[in-house]
Amino acid sequence: MASLARLRPRLPRRFPIGVRSLQTSADTTILTEDASHSKPFTVTLHEDSFRAYKTDVPSLDVEVSKDELLGMYKTMQTMRRMEMAADTLYKQKLIRGFCHLAIGQEAVSVGLEAGITSEDRVITAYRCHPFAVLRGGTIKGVIGELLGRQCGMSNGKGGSMHIFTKSFFGGNGIVGAQVPLGAGIAFAQKYMNQSAATYAMYGDGASNQGQVFEAFNMAKLWDLPCVFVCENNKYGMGTSAERSSSNTEYFTRGDKIPGIQANGMDIIAVKKAVQHTRDWVTSGKGPILLEFVTYRYGGHSMSDPGTTYRTREEIQRMRSTQDPIRGLQRYIEEWGLASEEDLKKFDKEAKAEVDAAVEEAKASPFPLEKDLWSDIYYKGTEPPSMRGRESEEVHYY
Amino acid sequence: MYSSRLARLSSRRLWLVNHSARRFQSTEPPPAGGHSPSIATSSYLRTTRDAALHVPGLRWVDADNSRLEDVAAGRETRKMNVYQAVRDAMSVAMTKDDTAVVFGEDVAFGGVFRCTMGLAEEFGRERVFNTPLTEQGIAGFGVGLASMGHTAIAEIQFADYIFPAFDQIVNEAAKHRFRSGGEFGVGTLTIRCPTMSVGHGGLYHSQSPEGFFMGASGLKIVIPRSPLQAKGLLLGSIRDPNPVIFMEPKILYRSAVEQVPVDDYELPLGKAEHLTRGNDLTLLTWGTPIYHCETALHMLETPPESIAKHVPTSMRSAKVELIDLRTILPWDVDAIEESVRRTGRLVIVHEAGRTGGVGGEIAAEIQKRCFLKLNAPVKRVTGWDTPVPMQYEKFYIPDALRILDAVVETLAY
Ligand SMILES: Cc1ncc(C[n+]2csc(CCOP(=O)(O)OP(=O)(O)O)c2C)c(N)n1
Ligand SMILES: [Mg+2]
Repeated sequence: MASLARLRPRLPRRFPIGVRSLQTSADTTILTEDASHSKPFTVTLHEDSFRAYKTDVPSLDVEVSKDELLGMYKTMQTMRRMEMAADTLYKQKLIRGFCHLAIGQEAVSVGLEAGITSEDRVITAYRCHPFAVLRGGTIKGVIGELLGRQCGMSNGKGGSMHIFTKSFFGGNGIVGAQVPLGAGIAFAQKYMNQSAATYAMYGDGASNQGQVFEAFNMAKLWDLPCVFVCENNKYGMGTSAERSSSNTEYFTRGDKIPGIQANGMDIIAVKKAVQHTRDWVTSGKGPILLEFVTYRYGGHSMSDPGTTYRTREEIQRMRSTQDPIRGLQRYIEEWGLASEEDLKKFDKEAKAEVDAAVEEAKASPFPLEKDLWSDIYYKGTEPPSMRGRESEEVHYY
Repeated sequence: MYSSRLARLSSRRLWLVNHSARRFQSTEPPPAGGHSPSIATSSYLRTTRDAALHVPGLRWVDADNSRLEDVAAGRETRKMNVYQAVRDAMSVAMTKDDTAVVFGEDVAFGGVFRCTMGLAEEFGRERVFNTPLTEQGIAGFGVGLASMGHTAIAEIQFADYIFPAFDQIVNEAAKHRFRSGGEFGVGTLTIRCPTMSVGHGGLYHSQSPEGFFMGASGLKIVIPRSPLQAKGLLLGSIRDPNPVIFMEPKILYRSAVEQVPVDDYELPLGKAEHLTRGNDLTLLTWGTPIYHCETALHMLETPPESIAKHVPTSMRSAKVELIDLRTILPWDVDAIEESVRRTGRLVIVHEAGRTGGVGGEIAAEIQKRCFLKLNAPVKRVTGWDTPVPMQYEKFYIPDALRILDAVVETLAY
């Protein structure tokens, strides 16, 4: 046993004394110009908003506008409401199966969308509901899919992890499997000479799957316009990053591929990092890694209370000091872009929009029996029949 | 045909789910013969100490590792469900074997299904440890560790996630002995994984991949049906000198409860077990569908009113031989052949889809061996040839009504 005794889990890795760690507060950005008018204005991010590996950190100055910030606020609030609605529906047993919520991580999805275009492509794992809406889906379509109804984005046939749009390649249930797909998608973009990027997203846990490294190598070998995005929410199920990864600085794990680490709780920093990496890959420099340091408030999935492998205090501290929505709210109020009452109105609208979508989704029927036989093979190329339970139920195309 | 009418009945229930939303079970009044057995009330579960100590094929493993049969006197049993029995087996294995380690995603905290609950506290974190999320790595690491002669007990969190490890299992683990001319083997490797449906797992949490490994000679595949079986078969698997994939039907983790001997014991691999005896039809299955078969046999004998007219009176006294295959690879062909030679009829039930499923291999071999003895074609009751569809899962898996239908049709052939 002597040999195995040495396998003892390592102590959590800390930054050596003197090295600066990344700032993950949600509200340290400062206004540097007058924002009272509707013209775009510049703000300066906290100096520790980014770290870089084999490249320079993005500039800390970001151009934003009042409308954009208010839009981000409302969208983040709506996404959170949608996830909360899914939580409720799950507890009412209307949603069954596996369901993973992204509450706490809104700045990543909404900030990503703010920094990319409709030409760009996104692919992620199962924590995918906000992306599906932001990339052209609807709240009704997402909730309908979770409920397994015909109005769901996959016609109610997939469930939580299986939602797609033209520019969003899902929702994937096999951890890590989506990352090489991202390299393939990016190859097609390059092949077609498109000035567009692919954002291939995965978690801190997923980062240890072999195929993630295989994808890195292909992307660098062929200089694909792929941004590999590690959404580091510090845990993969019940295993903390320190216990799963020998190197928890996920942005440095690309070997020859440069990387950026960004504060994933400040939506302005997220947007900046996304623009920066998009510029990088679309200017022919090959792939780049982008790590967002973020946090999930709830459990991993609906069966995980989320409190057995981390303390309640830790969750509470993140919620009260680093919440991305509260952080943006503080900017908006401090910079005089809107009043607390205006924002309350947004909150109400977000809730109303989600409530209405939930009701519509609930009213949608379950899939039809014939839907079970569709989409297994391409329409028109199916085998003559597929077996049902009994000879009478054999389905003939 | 009786069967077609019964089949229509199950179609109607499919229609029902679309229209009456969440209610999957029909709400008919209890049948004249009382409620059908379910997992909780199954007569195949041994609920007394005495029954649990006298199990066919059970061998006690004593402190000096000698194997003994039939010495039940003075031994104790404890009530356990499947996850507790699995945990108990691993605890026994680690107590007796200093080289035994348990690893997998989140196992140090007890695992998703609690099978490793408290093991890290009991045996230390150097023997029960979390791996990164890396199925191919877990399997390959296990192969390496086992090739050093250590006992490697790996967990793949769901059988659905065994596919990233497929290469390591099929090309490395299964072939290690053969390709080293017998110099190396990875017989001390056991890979555990939860399998079969839960009712709402959908595409990636309800598959039954045992059939994919049928061609991987060198490997064994074991699927237990109950707590007592799980402990004995898992200890048998861990100590079997070949790599074993041990698939645990996840819906049984909590629902199947039995008295389980506290001592160390093994159940034999490669041996099927008869749960009922009869000369009219052989009903063969493994894992969760055992309990649906039990319900079906009960319905055959005393059909609920609503379907009674589809079950001819003459068939109600049919003696069906229910067999739990237990080891899927290599399967107990002699026992099945012997049974089918007597009964002339075989119905195979499994949750995986039909095409490429294990039932196809069994049907082909049995029809070859028993061709002149067969009174009906070998019948398979299986999942559909679709991905496991979340919204239709209840209908995807073979239920008691479909099994009854197949039994009636095969008896009437
Ligand atoms: C191949 C595979 N292995 C295991 C799982 C089970 N599983 C689902 S999510 C997860 C943790 C992933 O953690 P991370 O990548 O950090 O993503 P997060 O959940 O934090 O967003 C695990 C182990 C799976 N779905 N697929
Ligand atoms: Mg994570």
